[in-house]
Amino acid sequence: MDRSLRRARPRYAERVIQGLLLVAALVSVVTTVGIVVSLIPPTVDFFERVSFGEFLGGTEWTALFSSPSYGVLPLLGATMLITVIALVVAVPVGLGAAIHLSEYADRRVRAFLKPTLEVLAGVPTVVYGFFALNFVTPRLREWWPGGTGPDFQNALSAGLVMGVMIIPTIASLSEDAMSAVPQSLRDGAYALGSGKRVVSVRVVVPAALSGIVAACVLGVSRAVGETMIVAIASGNQAVLSWNPLDAMQTMTGFIAQAGSGDVPVQSFEYKTIFAVGALLFVITFVMNLISIRLVRRYREVYE
Amino acid sequence: MTGIRVTEPPAPAAPRKLSGPRFRPGETAFQVLLLCCLAVGIVFLGVLLTYIVVEAWPRLDSRLWENFPSIRRPERAGAQSAIFGTIWVIAFTALFCLPTGIMAAIYLEEYARPDRWYNRLIELNIQNLAAVPSIIYGILGLGLLARELALGTTVLTASLTLSLLVLPVVIIASREAIRAVPQSIRQASLALGATRWQTIWRQILPAAIPGIATGSILALSRAIGEAAPLLLLGAVTYVAFNPEGLDSLYTVLPIQIFGWTSQSREEFRHLAAAAIVILMAILLIMNAAAIWLRNRFTKRW
Repeated sequence: MDRSLRRARPRYAERVIQGLLLVAALVSVVTTVGIVVSLIPPTVDFFERVSFGEFLGGTEWTALFSSPSYGVLPLLGATMLITVIALVVAVPVGLGAAIHLSEYADRRVRAFLKPTLEVLAGVPTVVYGFFALNFVTPRLREWWPGGTGPDFQNALSAGLVMGVMIIPTIASLSEDAMSAVPQSLRDGAYALGSGKRVVSVRVVVPAALSGIVAACVLGVSRAVGETMIVAIASGNQAVLSWNPLDAMQTMTGFIAQAGSGDVPVQSFEYKTIFAVGALLFVITFVMNLISIRLVRRYREVYE
Repeated sequence: MTGIRVTEPPAPAAPRKLSGPRFRPGETAFQVLLLCCLAVGIVFLGVLLTYIVVEAWPRLDSRLWENFPSIRRPERAGAQSAIFGTIWVIAFTALFCLPTGIMAAIYLEEYARPDRWYNRLIELNIQNLAAVPSIIYGILGLGLLARELALGTTVLTASLTLSLLVLPVVIIASREAIRAVPQSIRQASLALGATRWQTIWRQILPAAIPGIATGSILALSRAIGEAAPLLLLGAVTYVAFNPEGLDSLYTVLPIQIFGWTSQSREEFRHLAAAAIVILMAILLIMNAAAIWLRNRFTKRW
């Protein structure tokens, strides 16, 4: 480079500012490290007394009782059951809403409907929990055909309400993916004589599939990690059951229950919070990575 | 070839109408189905809001913000300490997370070279943190802030934890606002001899502020509604005083609502609903402010 174009003097203040900004960006990395660091030691202590096999294979979870056993399957099972119920609601409904917003709605309608739908994501989860317990469950009990209706607290109403909660997540991300599908693909299908429905379902949805799957994976991660709805509406008994009408406790429900009580710091009960938390973190971490991967893949295809 | 026979063109048939497609029941049914999907969410929201207001009606009066919570006498109970607690915690959350988040966003958009491994790591990290369950942040606050750093279960711990929780949201929103400022503005400023930081401070930030503000308000409204991490951080339900400093005990509206929800008496249900109305009113005002900001100040380049 020509000498005259070179910078006249080093600008130290600029360097300092850049350093400060980097430090701010590193706070997020420190957070992740902090999460891992706060989870590991108590979890290691936990597994010194409870074997992996007992933890992951045991069918009884009575961590806070006087004769404790630490099989996490009841908590895991409840989490999975409620997640499945939530997805059964959220995936078809969210996908339908996304197809409408992306393919059918004109611009002004979309500009109104999309934010309205997103209000659902802004409702505090404690409000959803209140609604599930005091509105949805009594209606379910009233309308239930046949003898034994749902319990006062049950997995079904928690799952249903949680499903509504994650509709905007799935709808919004899928809509982004569908809008990113190039117009030429649609035009090609129209030129071959397809109707709008065929174009949407057979062209746009498959082309946006990795984005849609990413949205669903993120939805799973949301459902697995959601706390307040299950803490309020699905109950505090850790039972291994596949009947959604029963009361049951999820992983997050247990953490909330144990963490909000007065558990002594050095006690073993205190460490169970971290062991369950570590399991929850690992599950959602893997889900998030899968989702991020998939989003990245579909972005690369059409750019 | 000679075999080509030129035939008379057939008499023009009645012209097919090109406009007005024929009726396709499948298409119509599909469209109705899609509309129903949209309606599910919106109807649900309507029912939810109506139910809450109806439940809250008997208790929606000044007792709610003039009195402190009480277990024994629900008819006298209020949520003053929770309202003040919410204000305290959110004010400090904003103080901690907005500067950090905006600075991180500036770094990632203006300085970071995407081919460096540590920048990719930061990016991946933020995306992942945005989807980590909030109760995990409660564990972080409990294990690291409250116990290891011995900050206790105070307003300070709560607002630090909530700041970390919404930091990814602030960063992502601010980055989008900064990215929306066109490259030509940067080039013009640099061409006139401004340094990189002068360009950011005098050109890019002023242009990006509406977007940053919108995103920040939405992030803070998420923090206001958050209860799960604070359950672990010792936000207790019956606090009969308002916070007086960073080291005070506290309670917040979502926790107060959670506490009342677990009471079986009917008065507490009305009380919880009334507190929800206050919480939702705060959130709606914040959302409206965000939308107004976006419409009023967003520049089209």
